[in-house]
Amino acid sequence: MASRDYMHRLPDAGSSLRRPESLSRRWHIDLPLLLLLLVLACVGLVVLYSASGEEIHYVKRQAVFMGLAFTGMLIAAQIPLEFYRRWSPWFYLGGCCLLVAVLFIGVGAKGAQRWLEIGGFRFQPSEVLKLAVPIAVAAFLHSRTLPPSFLTVVGALAIIGVPAMLIVRQPDLGTSILIAASGLFALYLSGLSWKMIGSAGLLGALAAWPMWMWGMRDYQRQRVLTLFNPDADRLGAGWNIFQSKAAIGSGGWAGKGYMEGTQSQLDFLPESHTDFIIAVLAEEWGMRGALILLTLYLLIIARGIYISFTAQHVFGRLLAGSITLTFFVYVFVNIGMVSGLLPVVGVPLPLVSHGGTSVITLMAGFGILMAISTERRRVLF
Amino acid sequence: MSENLRFKDHHTEQRLFRNRMLVAIIGVAALLGVLVARLYNLQIVNYESYRTQSDENRIQVRPVPPTRGLIYDRNGVLLADNRASYTLAIVRERVKDMDATIQSLGKLVQLDEADVEKFKRRLQRRRPFEPVPLRYLLTEEEIARISVNEFDLPGVSVEAELVRYYPEDKLFAHSVGYVGRIAERDLAAFSEEDVSRYRGTQSIGKVGLERSYEDLLLGEVGFENVETNARGRVLRVLERHDPKPGAELTLHLDTRLQEVASNALGDRRGAVVAIDVKTGGVLAFVSRPSFDPNLFVTGISFKDYSELRDSLDVPLFNRAVQGQYPPGSTLKPMMGLGALEAGVITADTTINDPGFYKLPNDSRIYRDHIRWGHGKKVDLIQALEQSCDTFFWDLAARWNIDGMHDFAVRFGLGSKTGIDVPVERPGIFPSRDWKRGARGMSWFPGDSLNAVLGQGFVLATPLQLAVMTATIANRGTHYRPQMVMAVDGVEQPPEVLHHVDARPENWDLVFKGMEAVVYNARGTGKRAGAGLDFRVAGKSGTAQIVGIAQGAKYDSEALQERLRDNALFVAFAPVDDPQIAVSVLVENGESGGREAAPVAREVLAEWMSRDFEDTAGLSSWRPPMAPLLSLQSEEMRARG
Repeated sequence: MASRDYMHRLPDAGSSLRRPESLSRRWHIDLPLLLLLLVLACVGLVVLYSASGEEIHYVKRQAVFMGLAFTGMLIAAQIPLEFYRRWSPWFYLGGCCLLVAVLFIGVGAKGAQRWLEIGGFRFQPSEVLKLAVPIAVAAFLHSRTLPPSFLTVVGALAIIGVPAMLIVRQPDLGTSILIAASGLFALYLSGLSWKMIGSAGLLGALAAWPMWMWGMRDYQRQRVLTLFNPDADRLGAGWNIFQSKAAIGSGGWAGKGYMEGTQSQLDFLPESHTDFIIAVLAEEWGMRGALILLTLYLLIIARGIYISFTAQHVFGRLLAGSITLTFFVYVFVNIGMVSGLLPVVGVPLPLVSHGGTSVITLMAGFGILMAISTERRRVLF
Repeated sequence: MSENLRFKDHHTEQRLFRNRMLVAIIGVAALLGVLVARLYNLQIVNYESYRTQSDENRIQVRPVPPTRGLIYDRNGVLLADNRASYTLAIVRERVKDMDATIQSLGKLVQLDEADVEKFKRRLQRRRPFEPVPLRYLLTEEEIARISVNEFDLPGVSVEAELVRYYPEDKLFAHSVGYVGRIAERDLAAFSEEDVSRYRGTQSIGKVGLERSYEDLLLGEVGFENVETNARGRVLRVLERHDPKPGAELTLHLDTRLQEVASNALGDRRGAVVAIDVKTGGVLAFVSRPSFDPNLFVTGISFKDYSELRDSLDVPLFNRAVQGQYPPGSTLKPMMGLGALEAGVITADTTINDPGFYKLPNDSRIYRDHIRWGHGKKVDLIQALEQSCDTFFWDLAARWNIDGMHDFAVRFGLGSKTGIDVPVERPGIFPSRDWKRGARGMSWFPGDSLNAVLGQGFVLATPLQLAVMTATIANRGTHYRPQMVMAVDGVEQPPEVLHHVDARPENWDLVFKGMEAVVYNARGTGKRAGAGLDFRVAGKSGTAQIVGIAQGAKYDSEALQERLRDNALFVAFAPVDDPQIAVSVLVENGESGGREAAPVAREVLAEWMSRDFEDTAGLSSWRPPMAPLLSLQSEEMRARG
């Protein structure tokens, strides 16, 4: 319904004044996106119940987080885009300061220093940057002529590079890559010339060797090696991937049945309720279930792309595109990692994996997407 | 930049965006395609292989060790039982940091250095995913502490296991023997088939009947498919093939008779063997001192073992079958019979015994144990009754060693008796050939004089003497001595090795002589029949210890005592219808008639007090109770 409304309006700017505003528009809600997200969240909770070993308190906690995240999304949707654009330098700088603070007074676990503790409340500044970086890059590019000139590109890369480097130092390679990707998507969508993309790719390939030798830590190298030869050390580093592949593969087309997955229910699958939850779904629901989940993701991404096309101005376009493509990267990296296509990096499956903070950030992103989609047509410049 | 320029670029910008986004969409579609292809590859193309992997993950084939066959005495008294024991075991593959695991286990149960060291040795020869025992015989409290902390200890489990238990303690250590943990030496000797037969089994028969009947007692291994979780915890049994329990052995041995024999020996070192004359079944089999076989079952401690090994009394030494002693005068009845049969002497042969004997053409004087001699006219009966050495020297001088040898071996001397207890030793009955082979010397007439008295080269085990006596009591039927009466209730037939043919009057003569030993005024074995209401025939022996003379330089009292003569006695009863034959050896007992004969008397008295209708054969054989069932429930409990 709502989408048809937009289609009608699209070719004709300013036509929104002709019709009375719909309720969803007044509340800045993109109804198809909201419905898709709700369905996905429900699927996530159902799978989580099985993956957590039928522990209802996990599901309850996650439901509470979901509730918070959806609220966050609706709040983010109410904020005018102009506000995000205007304040983007301050979000960005504030976020970077927090990251610097993490390096000095941060607390951590398992050898990584990622959190700030304020009044007994733990908080991960890199989450802020997940949104602050694409907003900052989009706002930066919004004020330039496009396609971006060389200087503009250098500026955008600097905006991306500083927080990415700070997060790598924590170390948190997974988040760093996601944040860099979100900024680079905005840059790319702004019309980065193919020549530049090509030479960047070449440079990246050349940098791979020194990265491998000096830029990576031992455990990271191990993870990459494991990817290529998971059978080498089945009980050590290869265990996770070996077990998750066995889980997915043994699910077959039809799956073993809900809560009947032997890999996940008998604890062979590690991290079954967090990063590896897709393996539980694929084992218990089979390829059918996995395809349904992928379709849900695909629809959400399609909706995001659609919103980016309908955005009123460069800032909204780039931001919507970046948020949507980053969301896809989440999905691809997670499933690729669990199915043994990519090295193990700690990327959760959006809205399905158990975990609080990342859901809230993610949903705030969708809130911004809704703000873009429901923005009244007016001239921004 | 001017407003104008930017405004003009609006459509270019939008076009650029669309252009880039379309490429991105193609990228997204391609990558989604990669994911779908990956899922297709894992879930459809390689489904079978991953399905198998996942099943192998959770389903494990576990051997189910069979229950070892129980061993009963002839009356159904349990001699070797199986008891549930709880073992702390670790699966190596499930443990990340073995040292840390052992350390935390050390806080829950008592672990000493030796346990850990043995465990590490066992680790090296384990099969994949096999629980390796760390500590045996956990207490209830220790089991509870481990169960509480189990979540913290992946790969650690408490396994219920049946271990051998010998309720009669020391009494049957030398006959029934014991089992022990399968050692590297045992493993080295295993064939391919043995390796699979012993899967899940921790013990193997080491000594005694436990060893010789190992194949029957072991049973057949079963297996079960179990579903386990990632920590190796068994969740349920999917399929089970029950093991076949080992065979039940019923022995000829009689616990009460064994007790009587053992008590009669008391603290003295020695052996008693009693044989059922009619079957060759071994009724009592005592070697003292003995030891507690239960010490060996789960691995004896170094301290206990060195104590047993280093004891001067050598308790681990099975005197009844491994102890080769000069039999002394206990050979005289057999030798007399042989001489009668060979025509060397007759019933009427008499000699004049001045108290010594001289071989013709030899200056050496052989002194009888009675210096003044046994009289001017000593016949065979008297010679046996009073153990007259001179009579037998004379006989030996007129006989020849090969004739003596050929006769003696028919009673089982000089070769293994063929009893079903392992590590039996053959003893020696010399011949010319033997001496040439073993000593590289020719036979001297003096050697014959020694041999006829069971001295010199002659060595025999107490078991051989009992077999010899039983053969005499049987008037020539030589049975193979047997411990096992029945296997799984199926009676094992007695086996006649051969028959010694002798004229009935000669048997009568020997019987009479042996009876005179017990009943005549000058008989050397009167204590063997004192106060009994049945007639006993016997023969004493007092044998010098050969080869220990070199040790005489030690002046300690203990060694002095150990240089004294061994006391022996053989007997059978009742004379008119012999049922039981017994041989007794008391090391350093000095006098067969004084020290050994009373032991024989106790054994005969106990056995003859029985009502034979009740005790003979399998009439009182009891089917085993159900230890299998109790084990299974224990096992379930241990798994929680």
